[in-house]
Amino acid sequence: MSALADLFTLVMVAGGALLFLAGTLGLLRFPDTLSRLHALSKADNLGLGLIVLGLLPQVGSIAGGLKLVCVWLLAQLSAATASQLIAGALHRRKSGQ
Amino acid sequence: MNLLLDLALVAWLVVLALHVARTGDDRNAIVAFIAFGLLLGLAWTRLGAVDVALTEAAIGGGITGLLLLRAEAHLRRGRPVGSTARQGKSVTTIVAALTSIAVALDLGFAVLAFPSPAPTLAPPALAAIDATGLGNPVTAVLLAYRALDTLLEKVVVLLALLGVWALTPDHLWGGAPELKEANPPQPLLYLARMLPPFGVLIAVYMVWVGADAPGGTFQAGSILAAMWLLVMLAGLSPAPETRSLMLRLLLVGGPALFFAIGFLGFAVAGGFLAYPEPLAKALIVGIEAALTVAIALALGLLVAGPANRAPAP
Repeated sequence: MSALADLFTLVMVAGGALLFLAGTLGLLRFPDTLSRLHALSKADNLGLGLIVLGLLPQVGSIAGGLKLVCVWLLAQLSAATASQLIAGALHRRKSGQ
Repeated sequence: MNLLLDLALVAWLVVLALHVARTGDDRNAIVAFIAFGLLLGLAWTRLGAVDVALTEAAIGGGITGLLLLRAEAHLRRGRPVGSTARQGKSVTTIVAALTSIAVALDLGFAVLAFPSPAPTLAPPALAAIDATGLGNPVTAVLLAYRALDTLLEKVVVLLALLGVWALTPDHLWGGAPELKEANPPQPLLYLARMLPPFGVLIAVYMVWVGADAPGGTFQAGSILAAMWLLVMLAGLSPAPETRSLMLRLLLVGGPALFFAIGFLGFAVAGGFLAYPEPLAKALIVGIEAALTVAIALALGLLVAGPANRAPAP
C-alpha cells in the first residue's frame, strides 16, 4: 500500500515538475505577453495542483493535507488575479488609454 | 540531492544579486530584488531558521518590494520620457563593487574562522526558556532576553513613518494618502474581497502560534498590512486621515505598552523589561498583539506614503 502511495507521489510530482519546466520554457520562448501568461498559468495551476495531489498521500495528518490544499487554492487565486491584471493592463495600453 | 538544491539556491542568489546591481532599469532591478527576497527566504528555511525565512519573505520580498515599486513610479512621473536614470559614475561603481567584495570576503573569512563547533548561546537560551512560559526560543530571545533590541526596532519603524509623513505639503497635513486607482480593475476588486478574511486569520494564527512555533509580530504585521493595502488599492475602504487620533493611538500603542510593561519591570521584577515570572507569557503575548497592530498600520502607511488629499473640514 505504501509502495503504491509512493509510486503515486513520484508520478504526480514528476508530472508537476514537468509542467513547471514546460511553463518556464514557454515563458522564455513565447513571442508575446498573452501567450507567455498562458504558459505561466498552466505551470501555476496544473503543475502546482499535481505536486500538491502527489504530496497528499505523504501527509501525516488531515490538517496537514488541508493546509496543502489551501496553499494550492491561494496560489490559484493570486495567480489568476495577477494574470488578469497584467492582461488588463496590456489591453488598456494597446487601446491607447 | 540536498547539496545540489543548496548549490542551485546559492548560485541563483548570487546571479540575482549581480543582476540587481548591474541592470540599468530601475523597475527591472526592483522585480529581481523581490525575487531575491523570496529566494533568500528559501535559503533561510534550508538553514532551519523558519522565523527569519518568514520575515524575509514578507518584508524583503513583499513590503519592501512594494515600497520600492511605488517610489520608482513616483520618480518615473517626474522624469522626461526615454532618459535612463541609473547611470552611475564609473569610479563610484568600482569603489562600491570593491567595498562590497571586501565586506563579503571579510564576512566569509569570519564565518569560516569560527572554531568547530561554533560558539553558541543556544543551550543557555533553551535552559532558561521555562521561566518565560514560551516554547519558541526565537520569540524568547526577541521578547524576553533581548527585548530592548525588539523595542527599539519597533520605534525605528515609527520614526520611518514620521519621516514619510514629514514629506506632506503644509496644506495637506493631517489629510489622507490616496492609494486607490482611478478605475480599479474587476479582478483586483474580487481579490480584495476574497483574500483579506484568510489573511487576517493567518495573521492572528501567526501571532498566537509565535509563542511556541515559528511566527510572530513582524510576520503577522506584514500580512495584515498587505491585506489592508489590498483593500485600500481596490478602493473598498479609503485610507484613514493621518490626523485621526484613533490611528495615532494604535500606532503608538504597541511600543507604548512595551515601554509601560518595561518600566513596570522595575517595580515588580527588579529591572527594565523584566517580567514577573508567572505572568511572563501573558505579558509577552499581550505585547505581541499590540505590536502586531502597530506594525501592520505602520507598514501599510509607509507604503501608502504622505497624505495627498486635504483633510476634511
